[in-house]
Amino acid sequence: MLKHFSMLMKHRLAWPVITLLLLLAVNAAFNDGFLHIEWRGGHLYGSLIDILNRAAPLMLVSLGMTLVIATRGIDISVGAVVAIAAALAAWMIGGALVVVDGVATHVTRFPMPLALIAAVAVAALCGLWNGMLVARVGMQPIIATLILMVAGRGIAQLITNGQIITIYYGPYFFLGSGYLLGLPFSLFIVAAVFVALYLAITRSALGLFIQSVGINPEASRVAGVKARAIIVGVYAFCGACAGVAGLLISSNVKSADGNNAGQLIELDAILAVTLGGTLLTGGKFSLVGSMIGALIIQTLTYAIYSLGVPPEINLVVKAVVVFAVMLMQSAEFRDSIRALVQKPARGEVRA
Amino acid sequence: MTPILELSGIDKQFAGVNALRDVQLRLFPGEIHALMGQNGAGKSTLIKVLTGVLESSRGDMRLAGEAIRPRSPLDAQKLGISTVYQEVNLCPNLSVAENVFAGRYPRCGALQGFRIDWAEVHRRARELLARIGLEIDVTQLLGSCSVAVQQLVAIARALGVESKVLILDEPTSSLDDDEVQKLFAVLRRLRGEGMAILFITHFLNQVYAVSDRITVLRNGQWVGEWPAAELGPQALISAMLGREFAATAGAAAPMAAADAHTPALLQTTGLGQTGHLHPIDLNVRAGEVLGLAGLLGAGRTELARLLFGLEAPDSGTLSIDGKNVRLANPADAVEHGLALCPEERKTDGIVGELSVRENIALALQARQGVRRFMSHAEQTALAEKFVKSLGIKCTNVEMPIGLLSGGNQQKAMIARWLATDPRLLILDEPTRGIDVAAKQEIMDEILRLAQAGMAVLFISSEMSEVVRVSNRIAVLRDRRKVGELPGGSSEAAVYELIAAEHEHA
Repeated sequence: MLKHFSMLMKHRLAWPVITLLLLLAVNAAFNDGFLHIEWRGGHLYGSLIDILNRAAPLMLVSLGMTLVIATRGIDISVGAVVAIAAALAAWMIGGALVVVDGVATHVTRFPMPLALIAAVAVAALCGLWNGMLVARVGMQPIIATLILMVAGRGIAQLITNGQIITIYYGPYFFLGSGYLLGLPFSLFIVAAVFVALYLAITRSALGLFIQSVGINPEASRVAGVKARAIIVGVYAFCGACAGVAGLLISSNVKSADGNNAGQLIELDAILAVTLGGTLLTGGKFSLVGSMIGALIIQTLTYAIYSLGVPPEINLVVKAVVVFAVMLMQSAEFRDSIRALVQKPARGEVRA
Repeated sequence: MTPILELSGIDKQFAGVNALRDVQLRLFPGEIHALMGQNGAGKSTLIKVLTGVLESSRGDMRLAGEAIRPRSPLDAQKLGISTVYQEVNLCPNLSVAENVFAGRYPRCGALQGFRIDWAEVHRRARELLARIGLEIDVTQLLGSCSVAVQQLVAIARALGVESKVLILDEPTSSLDDDEVQKLFAVLRRLRGEGMAILFITHFLNQVYAVSDRITVLRNGQWVGEWPAAELGPQALISAMLGREFAATAGAAAPMAAADAHTPALLQTTGLGQTGHLHPIDLNVRAGEVLGLAGLLGAGRTELARLLFGLEAPDSGTLSIDGKNVRLANPADAVEHGLALCPEERKTDGIVGELSVRENIALALQARQGVRRFMSHAEQTALAEKFVKSLGIKCTNVEMPIGLLSGGNQQKAMIARWLATDPRLLILDEPTRGIDVAAKQEIMDEILRLAQAGMAVLFISSEMSEVVRVSNRIAVLRDRRKVGELPGGSSEAAVYELIAAEHEHA
């Protein structure tokens, strides 16, 4: 029994899961109805459902970020790409309010499916640009993606003409706030992307190639792996993920704000990937870990709001908790704590 | 005479496994002592214990009669035990002088020497380097020096401390013959000054060129200590292997030269790359081993990289089966049935954190593409087949390849390429830094492959190996081909060809 437990603790996802459970426990302890889920208005309703729904965009971005980080890269432009995709989708759907026979009907400038496809395609193109800069031009990933991080917000504002576009088209809202089978529709999108990616990683050689490129790019190239194509592809996928996240976010808030949509999501995504046990040095990665990491961040955010932490210090509180979580996940730190605890104990035995 | 350093009864255990058992070692002032043993014999572990990187589980260490117990390399260095590691661990982005004195710069000025005395740094660096016969601009960046010079700078750094014992872990593995001679001259000079030098190498001829005494380890145990003059090469190898060892020369003789009428599998005409390789004509036929001989820097690796699409030629043509091809990247080369085991195993070969299974499957999987995925079971079967046929020593194929010894990593690299069933296998220094037995096994394997109809391009710095396995030998010097010799030529003949050109030039 004890042996099973210690083996379980050695699993790479053990600490992320423990962290998530701890955060949930803290929430539940201070907030009576936290774990309560009920059927209301034709769908499930409760704090946990809310956390899942709000975490959806971050989970998507984290999936893309996981692959990028696995190849030793980083993509800090995802927030800007979220804004571009949101702006494009909002513009193509349009904010027009048309009155027909005295009834306000909402029409789109372009058909909605076209708007969705265009937004995700442009986001993927943004990722492709990043990938080209990294793999072909040979720029350092953080610099290469910094370009789009800065320029992307400008592009988003060009699309929206510097305005915040408000969306009135009802069907679009389903993406970010609709429900299917009683669960938020956004979760189905995340699940679909996750399953597709998971299958691609485990049922094709993609996982092997990504890891091998991340651990030793030169050796992989010599072995005949098309390292550049892998890297470009991974950035493009990350861009597409950010694009879908942009759709969810703009649908959820019923508007597209070129300046603020997806602000700082790149940092949350990098944090989620790290919390999930994928090293920034590349190589081995865990998609499930990144999902858990995203949930940790969203649960933490929820806790900060629900515990009534004053807004002016909530970023500080978040930083402190993240710092503690990171320390807890470090094997070296745990070892040194163990040594501190065990030394006096040994002394007592001698006495 | 009493030893300056004496180790006795050293034990070291890793997770219950004995890495060292009752090992002893004596170093006398003014001698060069060779520490010999196969990969995994415990040489590195012993050095690590000696320099304080690892703590011994049991045993006694005495320096000039006093018991010592170094807890870190810095500790050992303060005691007077300096080490130069196989991989040069200096900073290429600092100047030569900065590297020599990093961490212990001479100070001057107020506040107990707040400022670094650069004039003094440069003057003393020049002095130290002059002591080992190196006169270079000490302000140039270390990275702009050759590996050999970097190695000497590492020694100068070690000497900067008042050291009594100098440990050199495979200092010659990346040096060419001239540079090795220069290094040996330095070692002899230091010996003359009364220093005790412990020298680790895989090259037998070097052991006899400089060593006074030899200690042999095998499987973590002490086998014996002999004066070098009393232990012949045969006896030394027997001591290392623990069994009688038949003379290897001729044991793995190449088969009869391939039929000269067989059309060339691969042919180059005037293939070259400005600044790296002068235009070269070369052809390789199926079923033959073409040896590529030459000193370090002669252009052997450059040629291999051109042939494999790692570099783009700017002159000449490359044809395979009589058809001209352009190889834009290694994937193209693999497509044409080429394979390359690169010289730098660590940086260009293994993917360290991945398992033996994944490393062996990598090239074949890359050739098949992303979608034709080999299942875990298929990969395991493939890896286990080669682990067995090449005798790769690992607990199981899921072990990270980085944990294997150098020789076994090399075999796994060969396995990776054999899995793709190549028509031409290019082996760039496949025997470097691995033990005698593994070298022999790899050369036997090369001959087996050629017999089975594969073409092999064999590159090695060890002339005896080239001469032993090749059907033909192409000789390179100063980045150009200077001639070709038939199989069975003597080492002397190859050297003559290289030297003749020297006189010409």
